[in-house]
Amino acid sequence: MDRRDWFVVGTGLLIGVLAAVLVKLGNPGNMGFCIACFIRDIAGSLGLHRAAIVQYIRPEIPGLVLGAFIAALVGREFRSKGGSGSIIRFFLGIFMMIGALVFLGCPLRMLLRLGGGDLNALLGLAGFIVGIIAGVELLKRGYNLGRAQTGSIVGALVMPFIAVVLVLLAIYKPVFNAEAGGPIFVSAEGPGSLYAPLAISLAVGLIVGFLAQRARLCLSGGIRDFALTKDTYLLKGYGAIFIGVLITNLILGYFNLGFADQPVAHTDGIWNFLGMTLVGLAAILAGGCPLRQLVMSGQGDTDAGMTVLGMLVGAALAHNFMLASSPAGPTLYGKIVVILGLIICAGIGWYCREA
Amino acid sequence: MKKLVDARGLSCPLPVLKTKEAIEKGGEEIEVLVDNNTALENVTRLAQSRGFKVTTNKNTDGEWQILIKRGE
Repeated sequence: MDRRDWFVVGTGLLIGVLAAVLVKLGNPGNMGFCIACFIRDIAGSLGLHRAAIVQYIRPEIPGLVLGAFIAALVGREFRSKGGSGSIIRFFLGIFMMIGALVFLGCPLRMLLRLGGGDLNALLGLAGFIVGIIAGVELLKRGYNLGRAQTGSIVGALVMPFIAVVLVLLAIYKPVFNAEAGGPIFVSAEGPGSLYAPLAISLAVGLIVGFLAQRARLCLSGGIRDFALTKDTYLLKGYGAIFIGVLITNLILGYFNLGFADQPVAHTDGIWNFLGMTLVGLAAILAGGCPLRQLVMSGQGDTDAGMTVLGMLVGAALAHNFMLASSPAGPTLYGKIVVILGLIICAGIGWYCREA
Repeated sequence: MKKLVDARGLSCPLPVLKTKEAIEKGGEEIEVLVDNNTALENVTRLAQSRGFKVTTNKNTDGEWQILIKRGE
């Protein structure tokens, strides 16, 4: 363990602890942080989908982007890069989101669920590993979306700008349509109505975004790097998040071991597995997990920005087309699209190869 | 002969993967070009873990040349 290793472990531990604390302060169970669920809530709050129970501008998301933005400025790493298969990355973002909403969580929430004793997440983890291994095999066979080019600084500022706008919308919640509501919708019940105080959520987002940028934290990267080169750097951060949230959950009395009656989760093992297989595969093809995409979008990577926007659209599609699971279980449409997504992502991985 | 791996503009983990392939093809001296800190750190870590000596030069703003040589 050198200094870098301790830094990623410290970052992981802090994320785990903060996630449980956010639940204590009001966020939904085992959902102190969930990149997929929170982007989905933002999509709902902007009226992109009409699932009334999951609408809220989660300040953690713009906080993460801006935290990474600040870290990149401080570290002189803020640079406009893009043009590597941008529209393909948009679709990978869509599928990453759909897979996550069939499982009910991004890779980060999968760890938080495990740390809360939710054993359904074990099947998610198994599926995630399988998806990553499949992605690694495609990488070894020459998968490559091409080189990113240096671009205009204006492009690099788009995602940080959107993040600032989201924070302002979260604070002021403007209403332009007195009858129907909007443009900002806020859940009156359900997970979207459960949230920590805005200032705290934003601050935690900023802190985690800053540290995740410095540590290069990536949840798909941990398993990928180990499979590829036996490198355990990111895996240490992965383990640390789990330990951090597990200990804090035990202290706060949130730990509840088992499959049944877990917060915002379902018990259909096959679709927990396959949903996360899709997330793992799409994340490897996109070059990082949802958290890492947010962080990169904050440091000027416009392709990561496209992936994040794909996740936003994917969240709207997931609810409008009835693809997202509920605690009652996955939907038929969700199952079909997960299979389609696996086929399409495998096709992208196979055909987007270097000559 | 020195091998060149131009990994500029490539997504994670391609800079590492291409360096690894160059090492496994018996490269004793490899020059890797990268254009972000993450790739710089990852390639350096890989080369050191395989017993290579690593020296890095900053070429221009945001671009690095990583020279890796089989250690004595």
